[in-house]
Order: sequence, then structure tokens, then C-alpha cells
Amino acid sequence: MNYRRQVACALAAVMLVSLAGSVILLREIDRMREGATLEEVLYIPSPKVLKAMSLGYTGLAADIYWTRVIQYFGEKHRAKAQQYQLLAPLLDITTTLDPHLIVAFQFGSTFLAQKPPEGAGQPEKAVALIERGIRENPDTWQLYYELGFLQYMELHNPAAAARTFERGSKIPHAHPFLKILAAAMAQHAGERELARMLWTTTYETTEDAMIKQNAFKHLRALKVDDDVLHLEQIVDIFKTRTGRTPQNVAELVQAGLLRGIPLDPLGHPYKIVDGRVEVEDRNALPFITKGLPPNVKSEFLQLDKTVEKQ
Amino acid sequence: MLNRISAISFNTFREAVRDRVLYNLVFFAILMVGAALLFGQISVGIHLIVLVNLGLTAISIFGVVIAIFIGIGLVSKEIEKRTLYTVLARPVRRWEFILGKFFGLVGTLVVNTFFMALGFFAGVLYLAHTLSRQDVSLLVALYFIVLQFVIVTAIALLFSSFSSPLLSAVFTFSLFIIGTFAEDLRSFAAIAQGPAKWIATAAAHLVPNFSALNVISSVAHHQPVAGSLIAYNSAYALLYATFAIAAAALIFEYRDLK
Repeated sequence: MNYRRQVACALAAVMLVSLAGSVILLREIDRMREGATLEEVLYIPSPKVLKAMSLGYTGLAADIYWTRVIQYFGEKHRAKAQQYQLLAPLLDITTTLDPHLIVAFQFGSTFLAQKPPEGAGQPEKAVALIERGIRENPDTWQLYYELGFLQYMELHNPAAAARTFERGSKIPHAHPFLKILAAAMAQHAGERELARMLWTTTYETTEDAMIKQNAFKHLRALKVDDDVLHLEQIVDIFKTRTGRTPQNVAELVQAGLLRGIPLDPLGHPYKIVDGRVEVEDRNALPFITKGLPPNVKSEFLQLDKTVEKQ
Repeated sequence: MLNRISAISFNTFREAVRDRVLYNLVFFAILMVGAALLFGQISVGIHLIVLVNLGLTAISIFGVVIAIFIGIGLVSKEIEKRTLYTVLARPVRRWEFILGKFFGLVGTLVVNTFFMALGFFAGVLYLAHTLSRQDVSLLVALYFIVLQFVIVTAIALLFSSFSSPLLSAVFTFSLFIIGTFAEDLRSFAAIAQGPAKWIATAAAHLVPNFSALNVISSVAHHQPVAGSLIAYNSAYALLYATFAIAAAALIFEYRDLK
């Protein structure tokens, strides 16, 4: 082997070893600095200062901050966190850097509004964010839909929601469902029916797989609540007729009150426990408020108390 | 071998010091620190934070600019002036030449940083009237800045071993910017799916990680820097620079200089 080849082999070996070593070290450094990039937001919390520092490249800076929002929310959500302290400031920075980043207003308000651990449980901040989004982007009907949604679902203010849907429906190319929603709100339609309309609209209009899945889970939970209410009525009829509580759903079928064993959206049969109708696997059906054992409250109600205790 | 490398290093250092651009940049760095002092006086309550942020950022930016603009010309200038042929006609190996050039520029940068740091600490002393034990973290930040220069110099040398000075500057500066957002790139890789995940993960581990070397914001807030981070960052900078220098030497070894 000539000298040049020997040197080349030695250098190639050094390259490989040092690159492998640097990758290993990098993983260790990342482990040590987990969340450090996000924590840095505390050092420069002013969106206006960051806007000046981005030297005009605000779009790119906003995209980076939006990625950080997703990362932060994802990590907290996965850890079932009860607090999302950095979510609001991160969204504030993102939307100040790029006030036309519609997704940040849409998804950001959802992340902020939902109760922990699904979100930050800060509906007022979510409404403030989406209202700012509307001020910056008055021709985007989706933002009116998000605001109306929050006003009804989180702030329980159907009158305000009706006004918002009405305003949104007047925007050119707005989804026609906004008019129906505005009318339904104004007529004080049933709570569950309105919720179903809202989640159906979300499911049909969103292009994001995560939001679509979330809407699907809510619609599924509404179906379970409806089923359980219906079955409880049948159980009451059975009790009136026979003077005793049924032991299982099969008895209701035998009594001619049901055509067959009803199944929940997961394909499991509903069951009767001490005269109450329950679902088979409550953990696989988030957001349900009916069909739970007596000592287990709805996921949201239970979490409300946890937050209060803190 | 060591004599030959140190001779090339010393010549590189001497040449860099003679370079007017170098002095101009140092002059601007001192100007920035002066501006920090002025700005510090009009920023209520955060004058020291402003001084630390602006001073250390100025040192970092000016050092990186020096590393890039001197680093990209280290090889091409020698070829252009035909001085390389005289050097290589002597018993000097090509890889020794690359290594000598690298140490020469790193030495220049260390000396420059030392003088800029003196000005910076004078500014801190002027505002705070005293230096506390917490200010040791400022030294750590300065040390990390020097590690940054080591990596940038190695990358500039790598590009200059096969590309034109202009393209080398563009490549090195781009890699510096990407490396500054390396942690964001890895976060993106973590949430991406499919082939994008693999591509982003590979890219995130190949580009130099400058984000972990930037502790300016945290030391400005008197946050201590973990000893283990100092050790890991030192080892990382050393390994990454070794990788880039070995690649530069390998390319230069096979480069046709006729």
C-alpha cells in the first residue's frame, strides 16, 4: 500500500470514528438539554423584540415558533400534563411574528381551550387569540367558526356564538353550515344536538388528521351518551313492567323491548350493572359522560376537580 | 512533524494578524460593546442583561465572520499566490499543511476572543462595579463561543479544500445558520413521520450543533451551566472539528494541484 493510500485510510477511519462519536455525544447533549430551546422563550418573552430581532424574516421565525408550539403541546399532551405555561406566550410570539398564519390561530385556540390534559384549559386566552386572528384576517370564515365554537362549547354563551356564526356566514365563500349554526343557536336547540352539529362541521371541514380524529372521538362519545340515555329509558320501562331491575341486556331483548343486543361504537355490547347501563371499555371511549360506573365521573369533571385542588 | 505543523500555524497566525479585515472586525466588536454600555444605561433594570447579551453576541458574530472569511481563503489563497507549491516542495505532508492552517486560525481567533473578552469584562465591571462568582458562567459562555469558532473554522477549511472562496463562504455560513437551529431541526424530526423523519433525523445529526453551544441568554440571567454540559460540548466540538479536518485533509490529499 503506498503512502497516499495509507494516509487516506487513516483519515477515513478518523472521519468515521469522530462522526460516530459526535452523534453519540449529540444524543447525550440533547438528553441533558431537553426542553431547553422552549425554555428560552422565557428569556425573550416580548414578541415585539423578537420581531425586531428577526431582521424582517418574520415568516421564517414564525414557522420555527409554530414548530415549537407543536412540539411543546405534543410533549405536554403525551405526558398528560395539567399545566401548559408556555403555550400562550409561544402562540403570542408566533402570531405576532406572522399575523396571517391561520393554522396558529385555529389550532392554537383549540390547544388553549380544551381542558387539561387535552389542552391548557384557558378558554379566555383562546378566545382572545382567535379574536385577534379575526382582527388580522377578517375575511377568513374558519376563524369565525372557531370563535363561535369556543363561545358555545367552552364559554357556554350561545347568544355570542350565534352572533359570531352570523358574522362569519356573511363572508364570501363561507361554509353554508355557518348560517344553520347561527339559526340553531338563536333557536336554543338542544345542547347535545348543537354539539353534534359543531363537531360534524369540524369533522367535515378540517384538513388536519389530528383535528379530524378529535372531532370523530367527540361524535363517537355523543353517540354513546345518546345510546346510554335510550337504554336507561328502556330499563325504566322494564322495571315498571316487571317490578325488578334487569340483570343484563339480553333480558331486555327477551322482554321484546329491544330487537337485539345493542353495541357501542367500538363493537362491544352495552352491559347492565346493578340496573345501570355501562360501556365495556370506558378508557377507549374518551369524552363520554354517560355509561360510566357510579364512582367514576366523566374524564373532564374529574380533571376539573384535580385542577381545583392544585 | 510537530515542528512543521507549528511552523505553518505560526505563519497562518502572523498572516491573519497582518490582515486589515481582522483589525476592522475587532474594532467593530469593540464598538458593539461600547454601544452595549450606552444601551445599558438607558434600559431600566436590565442594563447588565443587555450588556451581556449584546457583548457576547457581538463576540460570537464577529468571531464567526472572521473564522469564515479567513478560513475560506486558507487554501485557495496559497494556491493563488503559488506559495503552496513552495511549502509542499519541502518535506511537508498535505494533511500537515491543513492541520497547521487550522491551528493557526484557531489560535488567531482565541487571541482575538481574549482581547474582545477583556473589553467585555471591562464593560461588565463598569456597570456592575464588581465581579461576582456568578460571572464565572460568563467565562463558560466565552469558552463555548471559542468551541463554536473551532467548528466553524474546521468547516470553512473543509469547504475551502475543494470549492471556490465565494461558494465556501456561502456553504459555511449556511451550515452555521442551520446548526444554530439544530435543536429545532431535531424537534421537527421527532414529530415528522415516514421518510421525512429519517431524512430530517439524519440531517439533524450531520449538521453541527451550535444551539447547545449558545448559552448567552441563560448566563445573562445568571443560570449556571452544568459541568457535564461543558465536558460534553468540549468533546463534541473536538470530535466534529476532527471529522471536518479529516475530511478536508482527505480531499486535499487527492486534489490535483497542477
